[in-house]
Amino acid sequence: MAPALEISGLCVSYGRTEAVRGIDVSVQPGQVVCLIGANGAGKTSTMRAISGLAKIRQGQIRLNGTDITAWPAHRIAAQGLLQVPEGRQVFGELTVADNLALGAYLVSDRAEIAARQARVLQRFPRLRERLAQHAGSLSGGEQQMLAMGRALMGAPGVLLLDEPSMGLAPLFVDEIFAIIADLRREGTTILLVEQNASAALEVADQAYVLEQGRIVLSGTAADVAANEAVAAAYLGG
Amino acid sequence: MLAQQLVNGVLLGATYALFALGFTLMFGVLRVINLTYGFTFSAGAFIALALTRQVGLNIALALPLAALGSGLIAVLLDSLLLPRLRRRPSAELDSLMVTLGAVLALYSLMTAWLGPDIRRFPPGTISATAIELAGVRVTAAQGLILAASLLLVGLLMALMTTTKLGLAIRAVAEKPDAAGLMGINTPRIAHLVSLLSGALGGAGGVLIGLNFNAIQPYMGESMMLRGFVVIIVGGMGDMRGALIAGLALGIIEVLTAGYIDSSLKEMVAFAILVAVLWTRPQGLFGRAVGQRA
Repeated sequence: MAPALEISGLCVSYGRTEAVRGIDVSVQPGQVVCLIGANGAGKTSTMRAISGLAKIRQGQIRLNGTDITAWPAHRIAAQGLLQVPEGRQVFGELTVADNLALGAYLVSDRAEIAARQARVLQRFPRLRERLAQHAGSLSGGEQQMLAMGRALMGAPGVLLLDEPSMGLAPLFVDEIFAIIADLRREGTTILLVEQNASAALEVADQAYVLEQGRIVLSGTAADVAANEAVAAAYLGG
Repeated sequence: MLAQQLVNGVLLGATYALFALGFTLMFGVLRVINLTYGFTFSAGAFIALALTRQVGLNIALALPLAALGSGLIAVLLDSLLLPRLRRRPSAELDSLMVTLGAVLALYSLMTAWLGPDIRRFPPGTISATAIELAGVRVTAAQGLILAASLLLVGLLMALMTTTKLGLAIRAVAEKPDAAGLMGINTPRIAHLVSLLSGALGGAGGVLIGLNFNAIQPYMGESMMLRGFVVIIVGGMGDMRGALIAGLALGIIEVLTAGYIDSSLKEMVAFAILVAVLWTRPQGLFGRAVGQRA
């Protein structure tokens, strides 16, 4: 089976800084693949490049076999690859309902949009009572749920999650990872970037370790978690 | 007397509001201060003049065509000037300088081409009849200005608040990258915003041209100064603020000219600007731009 997402030889640089130096990552349909690494290892640059927000200097990105390298962001989204970006990036001046509506921007069937919103609100019941509130007034955890709900409104073929647990209270972190586990059970294809390596490795099938823009280790999540160097560097001993 | 002044002030203010709305929309979405916006005002007036004088079109047809023409000019100018500027680290300051140079070049080009003289719409462009209601005189031109301003402002507000396109524009204004991730074609939205704001600027030029029946290349310049006052007082990028501040400026100018001295009307407008910047740099109605980002 062709990978849902295949990244080969990807290089991304900002000015003279090389953030990503030739990485290969492959995500099979229905898998959760996590990319772990320290701050500044190139995780977010990789995610931005995949979604068409950062310029790709070299390499290729294929989505279900289609070459989407250097496509503009809106075309990549239309092709079914959706991202929950780092820092959530909800539209704070718009209402929660408007944020969700924007997640289904490419869908014109009103009944379908309503059905998707009902499913998202079932998954994130907290959002229901906040529908008319400005997204900027939500707590960090609620904003993360909104950002995930917004992406799910687009019925992603491949979902990219960039640091979904960053800056959240422990209770919210558990909730976010429980939702990722749910999505995995439902067969959603996910590429997950996380600093919280232990939680990410628990929920993932495959894992890649990124250091200074290069992949230094990859394999099944269990193998990577069992690696001594990974345990020492990322899992707190 | 006061009632008449107030009516005149509201009419003038409605065109200021219309003009400022286009300016604030452009700033709010494209995040650059684009001084060539003033040129769309002059361009609109001259296109309407040519359409009524040379082609013999009715003003009701010439007005929307002139607005469209000015909108297209704005799209052209923006695609030439802005993409490079927006990538700069100090985009807001750089754009101020580059577009100031560009707009001055455009005004002089226009003057060289069409001459500096004041031109007028052909007689009978708009009916000279006036209606009198409780001692207040409203000319047909003023009626058209009010109707056109209200219609355009209403249409724009409806577009922004009730349609999917308006939602997309507001999303791009707030977070362009995140909007792209939603599948919104952000470059196309930017062009559309240029078109809309240029059309509002051009319509403002036609309406002010009709109101004072005086058209000349640099008319956009003095309007631009008022546009600045209005969007700064109203809060940069804040549409409701621009509406209120535009109306207020029109009324204040007319009252100053009527009761104090007409040569003081601009002084009063800029004194208000200084006072607002001094006490509330984010504008009377707006939030600080820094907080919006």
